[in-house]
Amino acid sequence: MVSFTYVIKDKLGIHARPGLLLVQEAGKLTSNITINKGAKSGDAKRMFCVMNLAVKQGDQITVQVEGENEAADAEVMKNFLEHNL
Amino acid sequence: MRVLEGKSVFSGIAIGKISIQQKADTSVKRTKVEDPEAEIARVQEAKDKAVAQLQKLYDKALQEVGESGAAIFEVHQMMLDDEDYLDSIDNIIRTENVNAEYAVATTGDNFADMFAQMDDDYMKARAADVKDISDRLVRVLSGHDEGDMDAAEPSIIVAEDLAPSETVQMDKSKVLAFVTRKGSSNSHTAILARTMNIPALINIEYDESMDGKMAVVDGKNGSLIVDPDADTLKKYQDQKDEELRQRAMLKELKGKTTETKSGHKIHLYANIGSTGDVASVLANDAEGIGLFRSEFIYLEKDNYPTEEEQFQIYKAVAQNMAGKKVIIRTLDIGADKQIDYFDMAHEENPAMGYRAIRICLDRPEVFKTQLRALFRASMYGNISIMYPMIISVTEVKQIKAIVAEVKKELTEQGVPFKDDVEQGVMIETPAAVMISDILAKEVDFFSIGTNDLTQYTLAIDRQNAKLDNIYDSHHEAVLRMIQMVIDNAHKEGIWAGICGELGADTTMTERFVQMGIDELSVSPTFVLPVRKIVREME
Repeated sequence: MVSFTYVIKDKLGIHARPGLLLVQEAGKLTSNITINKGAKSGDAKRMFCVMNLAVKQGDQITVQVEGENEAADAEVMKNFLEHNL
Repeated sequence: MRVLEGKSVFSGIAIGKISIQQKADTSVKRTKVEDPEAEIARVQEAKDKAVAQLQKLYDKALQEVGESGAAIFEVHQMMLDDEDYLDSIDNIIRTENVNAEYAVATTGDNFADMFAQMDDDYMKARAADVKDISDRLVRVLSGHDEGDMDAAEPSIIVAEDLAPSETVQMDKSKVLAFVTRKGSSNSHTAILARTMNIPALINIEYDESMDGKMAVVDGKNGSLIVDPDADTLKKYQDQKDEELRQRAMLKELKGKTTETKSGHKIHLYANIGSTGDVASVLANDAEGIGLFRSEFIYLEKDNYPTEEEQFQIYKAVAQNMAGKKVIIRTLDIGADKQIDYFDMAHEENPAMGYRAIRICLDRPEVFKTQLRALFRASMYGNISIMYPMIISVTEVKQIKAIVAEVKKELTEQGVPFKDDVEQGVMIETPAAVMISDILAKEVDFFSIGTNDLTQYTLAIDRQNAKLDNIYDSHHEAVLRMIQMVIDNAHKEGIWAGICGELGADTTMTERFVQMGIDELSVSPTFVLPVRKIVREME
């Protein structure tokens, strides 16, 4: 398993539109991807899970990537977050 | 006439008949079923159909409001495809042996509650999205057609609440405004209303008897006026006409330069009296701020504003104007603007009394605080400093000495500032006009304050209504003074502008341009009318 942390810069946090893009991006990858915020965690491939985390600007999230391509997939997610959130 | 107060989510005025929208009934009955798997298959089928409907809505919204407004329907599609959502529906059907409609409605309520309980206004508003997709699914399952909310004639659409899908489905030529009892300014309907330029109000406690009545939506004050009387109607009709005129002008003139047909350019800036006015400066496409009345910072407080407080305000305005010129006038109080904590003695004739730069030079500690804040903020944009009520070269020299001290202190403290901040004076006394040839050698620009200049030149108190009939702002004496100031400025290679009310007098614009004025600073709403006149000149 590969994991990394990221602090959300977008001023609305993970709101509907970037949330959608995030779920779409994660959906393309073969790894299991989990987003953790504090005590909460959710599947990055599921819209409601992601929205339920209610991630705001300044929140630190930990992204866990598990699977055969975990290193490459983690890079993809990291890149996505940096460009969109 | 009845006035209902609510909250505006998009300003603008609409006048027309009220059309109250009744929601299609989406309440469902709970019934036992023999074959839960068949119900699950129905859900699957209905879901595919609902996703297809949403795709159509997405396409429609994309055309009408663009990608960011349409994205919500993509989100809705994804919500409908969400495994947790579908699992919950299947689970209810299997464990309770109930019909699909009931399972969808229950799941919708549960998920909506989850969002409603979140500690975040934006997420709370998402509960409406969950309800919207669940209602859609129930409608498809029960064979009801899409709720048709269109009114027969252009109307003010009034409803309990409006789902984004309902908002987009409506024929926009029939919608004058949206008014709802529920909803929030974060709701997608509010966002869509803003994108579509349709006035919208929320939190309006309407009642059914208002259906079909004449009404005015005042999106500026957040009120709905039912059965307006003739005077009120006339007032709003005028405002609406003005709004339309302004919008048409904006469309025609936004982004255009302020120059005559032969290519003579002038700088057209706006006057502001608070940071809140910056939005209006940008909306009216002013090329900069020609007069930032810094006294509001002092008037709003019970005690002297600190350097840091002032710095934050100047910095924010400079940043918001993104490199465009921001001319900040130093404290101009006294006369008609009094502040308690300055503790100033009563004066017989305050217009000619202890005011503006006279106070600043007499109380250098107050002046220095403001100058420090201004020079620090100069790092964040294109700030110029302007000094009011000048009557002599001595005053300018005193100001320069204080500025030099401020710069020296900042340098010693290692605080960054721009060394070449443009500094000018207001020309608003006949004395300043008469010595403008000498003043021009000392400063970087002149800005003519026509209100005071006219009052001092004509010896007419502006506040005295009895003298209105002889107060002539186009008096030849004033115009000659303006010409003299422009000529003396140009001789020394500096620019001259007008920031008084006369600058916005469109009957004078042509004359000022012919006189050689370099800059006009007017109230934001006058920017485009003045630009129009300049562009029509030869």
